[in-house]
Amino acid sequence: MTSPLFEIDALQVAVEDKQIVNGLSLTLQPGEVHAIMGPNGSGKSTLANSLMGHPRYTITGGDIRLQGDSITEMAPDERARAGLFLAFQYPTDIPGVSMINFLRRAISARRGEEIPVREYRQLLNEVLGRLQMDEQFVRRYVNDGFSGGEKKRAEILQLGLLQPLVAVMDETDSGLDIDALRIVSEGINTFHSDDNAILLITHYQRILRYVQPDHVHVLIDGRIVESGDASLAERLERDGYEPFMERTKAEVLSS
Amino acid sequence: MTTPATEAPVTPRSEYEFGFHDDVEALVKLPKGLSREVVNTISDIKEEPDWMRKFRLKALDHFNARPMPEWGGELGDIDFNDIHYYVRATDRDESSWEDVPDYIKDTYDKLGIPEAEKQGLLAGVGAQYDSEVVYHNIREDLEEKGVLFLGTDQALREYPELVREYFTTVIPPNDNKFAALNTAVWSGGSFIYVPPGVTVDIPLQAYFRINSEDMGQFERTLIIADEGSQVHYVEGCTAPIYSSDSLHSAVVEIVCKAGSNVRYTTIQNWSNNVYNLVTKRATAYQDAVMTWVDGNLGSKLTMKYPAVYLMEPGAHGEVLSIASAGQGQQLDAGAKIVHAAPNTTSVITSKSLSMDGGRSSYRGLLKVYDGADGCRSNVRCDALMLDEHSRSDTYPVMEIDEKRVDIGHEATVSKVGDEQLFYLMARGLSEAEATKMIVNGFVEPIIKSLPLEYAVEMNRLIELQMDGAIG
Ligand SMILES: Nc1ncnc2c1ncn2[C@@H]1O[C@H](COP(=O)(O)OP(=O)(O)O)[C@@H](O)[C@H]1O
Ligand SMILES: [Mg+2]
Repeated sequence: MTSPLFEIDALQVAVEDKQIVNGLSLTLQPGEVHAIMGPNGSGKSTLANSLMGHPRYTITGGDIRLQGDSITEMAPDERARAGLFLAFQYPTDIPGVSMINFLRRAISARRGEEIPVREYRQLLNEVLGRLQMDEQFVRRYVNDGFSGGEKKRAEILQLGLLQPLVAVMDETDSGLDIDALRIVSEGINTFHSDDNAILLITHYQRILRYVQPDHVHVLIDGRIVESGDASLAERLERDGYEPFMERTKAEVLSS
Repeated sequence: MTTPATEAPVTPRSEYEFGFHDDVEALVKLPKGLSREVVNTISDIKEEPDWMRKFRLKALDHFNARPMPEWGGELGDIDFNDIHYYVRATDRDESSWEDVPDYIKDTYDKLGIPEAEKQGLLAGVGAQYDSEVVYHNIREDLEEKGVLFLGTDQALREYPELVREYFTTVIPPNDNKFAALNTAVWSGGSFIYVPPGVTVDIPLQAYFRINSEDMGQFERTLIIADEGSQVHYVEGCTAPIYSSDSLHSAVVEIVCKAGSNVRYTTIQNWSNNVYNLVTKRATAYQDAVMTWVDGNLGSKLTMKYPAVYLMEPGAHGEVLSIASAGQGQQLDAGAKIVHAAPNTTSVITSKSLSMDGGRSSYRGLLKVYDGADGCRSNVRCDALMLDEHSRSDTYPVMEIDEKRVDIGHEATVSKVGDEQLFYLMARGLSEAEATKMIVNGFVEPIIKSLPLEYAVEMNRLIELQMDGAIG
């Protein structure tokens, strides 16, 4: 049997000696979309950053596997080249570095060889067009002075250019107006294929109207407390996180 | 007597590519040490007019009387008696490349100097080797328009009145200890005169090379841009790696007459055993524009603060400065702008980098005189450190004696950010590549103001230095 595309196996993550993710397991098969939904502070970004190998987040237990191989010990750039992608909740600005230069380096790194100028230009224009972004956009410095919406679009632009195997999207929907949300969602859907998988991390259910999840997981205090199909998201929308949090508290008390 | 140096440098800078030296006897080499006799001998060799000799001797007195500056950097290690103050490799100033001795030609070939001239990228080229200018040339059409571009010694011989009219009018001999030293023992440097209304469309370039060990290079450059003229001058500097230190102490004076536009670009890449203590100053008159673009990479210690004195209304002064200090280096660089007239404007942009234990500082002075109302100035200095054991400081000083002015000031000191590194690495860039990209971005505002070839060169030199620092 071939191994799953992406496995998070009993993952534990600490930040500054504080345990945030507490034994989280998840398996993504090719072609799947999983949504992780959780309230503020439940550990969504901690999970996302640790998957990508952020040095400030220490993995204290468990394993992360991409196509059956552990990537837990890999540096972020190795993970990226292996096909993992993180769309940042708060993308960092890098003044003086133009998008067009940065993106070319990133694509070349991912491919393991320099992308020819002509092919690069073609690819760039195609993906920019799809996201209804102006060609001049890539002349700007990376995330520098971008509006919230522009930052999110720039992340989707990178998703489309880099063609990862697994995309972790950290609250890509937050702060977007309805039109931007639609465009960003279309970007994700266009990227999505039978060969890749998406882990959509979100606070709200609204993006799930555009990007259909196969599985929905509820994250409370760094644990998945419930998993289900798309209807779970609707339940959350209706009842909020409160019932799950109550339950978690009760479980912790009784254990 | 010329003793070839050992291979072991005091400060290793393995990636320094110009560390070779020519192993030949100099034609003339004064014994080490500084005295009236040495100054007189230099003046004799040059067969100068008497007024110049008097200037030199008076300046020597200033030098001896002044204490060493106690700020900026470690100057205590300089032994003024252990320096050759005049070293001449060849017979005379040459205007034909063919006549330059082969070994010097080879050196400049390795540095790529004649190539740029051949390709028509430059309007004129000068080359100084140790104490004397060994080559200079200017495009014929510019010569016909009356543009002068020659060695300062030659200018003194051929245009003594012109030199005398401006010499030390911008930087008096007693301005500071090192300007006094230069005035006493100066040799070489470029002299440029651009007649009224003449535009020199592409750069004039001079190339300064120290070859001998334990020597001091004291070139003296004088640029006069007459009314409404325009010129861009570029200088580059390198030296071999020796086990003992050399001293480079230049003086550059520029007069920007009404409506003129002068740009002076430096790409300083001395080896890490050179003390680089340079005084550079320009005066800008009515509506003139003076720009210093100052790139500092090499040297053991650099202290250099290009200055613009804005003398008449409408004058504009600008300093764009990059300093990049690696292991064993201290770069104390900056700018000085003096608003001495109303409605003058200035911009200072400084980017300092430090890595591998290096230390870089921005030191700036902005002065606005009482009565210079309507002045506008914007100062921005940023420092970036690549690691924990490097150091960056900024010392911006403002002396504003006039109320009706508009002054903007911003200074930042930062480390290459973890979040920036993580972002780029999360996109597949290695840590080294990501660091380079962040650094390139940091210096971009200055690099983009350079002509393309120099921008490429500057980026290349910074990357080379980073290769040594981040592996
Ligand atoms: N860099 C950090 N330093 C200290 N605490 C952190 C850091 N990042 C996250 N935390 C803490 O971890 C918990 C989870 O945060 P986070 O993962 O950002 O949650 P979410 O993304 O779900 O809002 C919070 O209590 C937060 O304060
Ligand atoms: Mg978050």
